Amino acid sequence: MSAAAPTWTAERPIVELHDVHKSFGTVEVLRGVSFSMMKGEVICVIGPSGSGKSTLIRCINALVPINRGSIRVEGQEVNDPALDKLALRRKVGMVFQQYNLFPHKTALQNIMMAPLHVLKQDRREVEERARLLIRKVRLDGKEDSYPGELSGGQQQRVAIARSLAMRPQVMLFDEVTAALDPETVKEVLNTIRELAEEGMTCILVTHEMGFAREIAGHIYFTDRGVIVEHGPPAEFFASPKDERTRQFLSQIL
Amino acid sequence: MNAVAEFFRNLYEATGLNFTVFYDPYDRDRYLRGVWTTIYLSVVSIGLSIVIGGVGAWLQGSPVALLRRLVNGFVVVFRNTPPLVQIFFFYFGLGTLLPASFDASGLRQPLLNNVQWAIISLSLFAGAFNVEIFRSGIEAVPRTTVEAAEALGYTRLGAYLFIVLPLALRVCLPSLNNNLVNLLKTTTLAYAIAVPETLYAMKQIWSESQNVPEMMSVLLATYIALVGLLVWIMHRWERALAIPGYGR
Ligand SMILES: Nc1ncnc2c1ncn2[C@@H]1O[C@H](COP(=O)(O)OP(=O)(O)OP(=O)(O)O)[C@@H](O)[C@H]1O
Ligand SMILES: [Mg+2]
Repeated sequence: MSAAAPTWTAERPIVELHDVHKSFGTVEVLRGVSFSMMKGEVICVIGPSGSGKSTLIRCINALVPINRGSIRVEGQEVNDPALDKLALRRKVGMVFQQYNLFPHKTALQNIMMAPLHVLKQDRREVEERARLLIRKVRLDGKEDSYPGELSGGQQQRVAIARSLAMRPQVMLFDEVTAALDPETVKEVLNTIRELAEEGMTCILVTHEMGFAREIAGHIYFTDRGVIVEHGPPAEFFASPKDERTRQFLSQIL
Repeated sequence: MNAVAEFFRNLYEATGLNFTVFYDPYDRDRYLRGVWTTIYLSVVSIGLSIVIGGVGAWLQGSPVALLRRLVNGFVVVFRNTPPLVQIFFFYFGLGTLLPASFDASGLRQPLLNNVQWAIISLSLFAGAFNVEIFRSGIEAVPRTTVEAAEALGYTRLGAYLFIVLPLALRVCLPSLNNNLVNLLKTTTLAYAIAVPETLYAMKQIWSESQNVPEMMSVLLATYIALVGLLVWIMHRWERALAIPGYGR
């Protein structure tokens, strides 16, 4: 039996990782990751390919079970066999690199599906909210388009709206602009920027260093399953202390 | 109707070609009942076989190994044995083992009649193929799409019903189409347990009227029409399910 989660208050971290370990078979992908963030904070996770960034954020909404350590979201322990996955996933929204929209449903239906099917909310209210979200991500007029009829940037904005329709407390973004043309990257980044400005708690995995510098309150650099270095962007980019960080930044900037 | 009957009666008198089903009310009635029985067998078995396919494919993805093995066993048995043997197995094998009641005159009243056994047998036969067909469709649905559903809080069943199955269906519709056409044709096997479907009715008619070639051609034309109708319906369905901008 898990003890009843103490009621969470906003003075405590909204997301808290402690010594998280994850292996796929014999490959250790996360080797003791810890960090915490407060409500309304925006953090960026950067690092070389294969360093475990995607795995890290997928652990937070229990898409990937961890082997050891603790992850708490609003005080709820994610690494608990009795975890209420639905309760967790209502709190944590996720946007993927490949958008992953449901291709057989229109943009509006994509946004409405989970609130209707999962939360069993009233259809009229859900539709009203979905139309507001479409407007929020600047896709008015595209309500009835299917994903296959939208550009990558438009699809990604539908995916963001779809996630927001569940009214999450935390949003996870996994390289959401990596599959986009340079021109459409900006549309998506603008949407994320607005969200962050409204106070949404965001964890972004990104290769857009300029954007990370501008939007993040804190940057985490991961390499081979550990956080090598972290700090506020000004400090992090101006004077990286670790050799691996310096090397990575010199390659990417 | 009378003009048609008149035409075929004249045809018989002039040429000896005897299409009794078009002018003799008794034979016409038997023929139409036969066609109706074929349609009934087909529609019910198609519906049940699709349900069996959907449920079986769902169970094949179950985390419970025993369930997966049971489904696989079912598929192997029903795919790799002749459908006529299956019908006999159910009707003469299982049918006599099941409890039965006796009517006032002491006649045995089996729990299920021959039409019901034919439906069960045909549904399981086509259902076993549908399990495999649906599975191939499910495998074509990207893992990442399912993951997106999970991240939105869908349960495994919810994701299956609202996302995986609708997408899988679109992928496997051509093979499903083939299997259902095959099922329609296989309903003629119900003949063997005296279900009065089209072939059975025709056999009775030609035995009495000695007009085998004529009835045989009507029989073939009937099945071509029925299969044509089914294919047309399936194509309509395929078009209704087409997603703008998806695939190709
Ligand atoms: N489901 C899985 N099964 C086995 N190995 C996996 C699985 N998922 C990830 N890995 C491995 O874990 C390591 C880290 O992968 P991950 O996707 O987290 O890296 P990443 O930092 O997101 O990389 P990228 O920048 O390329 O997206 C890789 O070596 C990868 O091959
Ligand atoms: Mg990644």
